[in-house]
Amino acid sequence: MANVSYVRKTMLPEKAPPVTSSGVLGWIRENLFSTPLNVILTLLSAGFAFYVLASILPWIFQSSWTAGSLGECREVIKATYGPDAHGACWAVIRERYLQLIFGFYPAELYWRPILAFVLALVALAPVLFSGLPRQMMRFSAVAPFLVPWLLWGGTFWVPLMVIAGIAVGVIAYNLLSRTVGSLAGIIAAGVLPVLWWIFVTSPLASGLQSIIPLGIEAIPSRSFGGFLLSITIGLVAITASLPIGIVLALGRQSDLLIVKTLCVGFIEFIRGVPLITLLFVASVLLNYFLPPGTDFDIIVRVMIMVTLFASAYMAEVVRGGLAALPSGQYEAADALGLDYWKSQRLIIMPQALKISIPGIVSTFISVFKDTTLVSIIGLLDPLGLSKAIRADVNWNGIVWELYGFIAFVFFIFCFSMSRYSMYLERKLQTGHR
Amino acid sequence: MSELAVSREVDRSKMTISDEVAIQIIEMNKWYGTFHVLRDINLTVNRGERIVIAGPSGSGKSTLIRCINRLEEHQAGKIIIDGTELTSDLKNIDKIRSEVGMVFQHFNLFPHLTILENCTLAPIWVRKVPKKEAEETAMHFLEKVKIPEQALKYPGQLSGGQQQRVAIARSLCMRPRIMLFDEPTSALDPEMIKEVLDTMIELAEEGMTMLCVTHEMGFARQVANRVIFMDQGQIVEQNEPEEFFNNPKSDRTKLFLSQILGH
Ligand SMILES: Nc1ncnc2c1ncn2[C@@H]1O[C@H](COP(=O)(O)OP(=O)(O)OP(=O)(O)O)[C@@H](O)[C@H]1O
Ligand SMILES: [Mg+2]
Repeated sequence: MANVSYVRKTMLPEKAPPVTSSGVLGWIRENLFSTPLNVILTLLSAGFAFYVLASILPWIFQSSWTAGSLGECREVIKATYGPDAHGACWAVIRERYLQLIFGFYPAELYWRPILAFVLALVALAPVLFSGLPRQMMRFSAVAPFLVPWLLWGGTFWVPLMVIAGIAVGVIAYNLLSRTVGSLAGIIAAGVLPVLWWIFVTSPLASGLQSIIPLGIEAIPSRSFGGFLLSITIGLVAITASLPIGIVLALGRQSDLLIVKTLCVGFIEFIRGVPLITLLFVASVLLNYFLPPGTDFDIIVRVMIMVTLFASAYMAEVVRGGLAALPSGQYEAADALGLDYWKSQRLIIMPQALKISIPGIVSTFISVFKDTTLVSIIGLLDPLGLSKAIRADVNWNGIVWELYGFIAFVFFIFCFSMSRYSMYLERKLQTGHR
Repeated sequence: MSELAVSREVDRSKMTISDEVAIQIIEMNKWYGTFHVLRDINLTVNRGERIVIAGPSGSGKSTLIRCINRLEEHQAGKIIIDGTELTSDLKNIDKIRSEVGMVFQHFNLFPHLTILENCTLAPIWVRKVPKKEAEETAMHFLEKVKIPEQALKYPGQLSGGQQQRVAIARSLCMRPRIMLFDEPTSALDPEMIKEVLDTMIELAEEGMTMLCVTHEMGFARQVANRVIFMDQGQIVEQNEPEEFFNNPKSDRTKLFLSQILGH
């Protein structure tokens, strides 16, 4: 047998890793044509892609942007691209895009939704990107009151009174938790603001308005439509469903039987019912339960329903993240003396939410898309409007152009959300687990 | 499992045991459902004692030390720590937890925080120490466990031994008066076991009250002033290390020692 004894005499120096990319051709050979099966798959995929593009691209580009009706459109396309050409009639988008975006919002007030949208983005920015200055968060706290006021208009006293309701809750909590007990404080902090908003806000606001008029023109909810409506409902449901979902998920894990039963009951009920049903409840049934004469805005009702619906799903997504955390994390937090809320806030939630990011963003995306269901209860979201546009004699029979445009806008929003979630996951990556 | 010798002479000058009682456990019992895990535990630990708890798997060692900081709830008997009795009163529990440090078998560092943040979190949020001061304390203890240069890394980027030393530093940052260790070296390779044991020895040399579940009998011989042997949820035998190892009284202890030391 050979001698197996070996002793290294010199240690090897550190070297740079090998360069893997060997130009475009090298990449193509390695990734697309490495084995016979690979070659076949590549050719098949390329053929399929070519077929699809070859049918769609001419339709998109051999089109008319200027015609005044569907008939005129077809004539223009036939005249320009030959008798067999089937092109899109984008003229309908050109004529109606403002309506698709703003619904029946008065044209001279378009600046208000635009400003509101920009303000909402500015308010979201520091929440989404931790690199931005933290002082921007102050604006984020005010925006939820400012943005709706810009959209609906009316007296400025309403948002102020809504904020006052929160102050009422805080004061009640401080007073009661010191004198009676923290549980009484928490209950008061939950109940009093709601009572304030329902019974005090509107009379007080109109009273103050008659003393010191302060406001902008009010826009009724029925003027809302198009993407303005979708984005308003979607944004509210998205931003409100995450905190509500977290509370529900925690409640579901609670040791307190009543809290747990309420949360489980709520989640299971909402998940067991289709969103459409909830929307019908919002539009029709709720009127029977409310005292006659109450004017409870239909859009607000829909927003509440969509938010509740999204919250139930969010709660389950967050619960999945909580379940994925090893129990050692809870124990370490306990052993260091952190109380329940602190360990949730500092240790458990940051990790559970990070694990749940893909699920959370999926829920966001599906909620945003589900806002199109409001067309069924007669609200004029983009889909509802497309029906109205088709009812116009000029555009009778037009389908793909409208749906294509609506789909494209939805895609931009949903794709941005999806990219953001990937960015966030990468940013939060802290070494292998 | 090894008798891994501790590399250096242990300095016993500060290892003094006072008369002050740190932990007192009286007639304590615990059940998991109908399973009686801890039976009539009586144990008094004075300040400055270094106690090693040994015993076969499933004998209730972890459960015992987890009861001491209320990670597990006992159902009968009393546990009194620094004069405060552990009851379901949350105030007492929080007070005791912030005075009793615990080190786990699987480190349980917070993976989303840096090493430094791991160490400053509890002092800042529980003890209300200003951030700057908390960071200074953290760096002091990270230097003590010999990894100050890792302060800005995340736990996932450290080796097991380094993570366990961070876990010890994290506990020390709360300035605990008692430290509990639950098999701190069982998840580690031999080379890393030594670095963690060295850290624990240093702690003992400074006079820390320690309760340590471990299979490192070398550590027990050199550092402990008392070894407790548990089996089937009961304390079967306890003695000074020399007596315990050389002259075990109970048959169960003899069997256990012969298995663990391979005699
Ligand atoms: N949460 C639990 N529910 C039910 N039984 C449990 C639970 N935790 C532990 N036990 C049981 O209690 C007994 C004691 O467990 P414990 O973890 O205290 O043992 P141990 O002495 O630490 O063992 P090891 O050396 O393996 O860590 C074991 O039989 C175990 O199966
Ligand atoms: Mg154990």
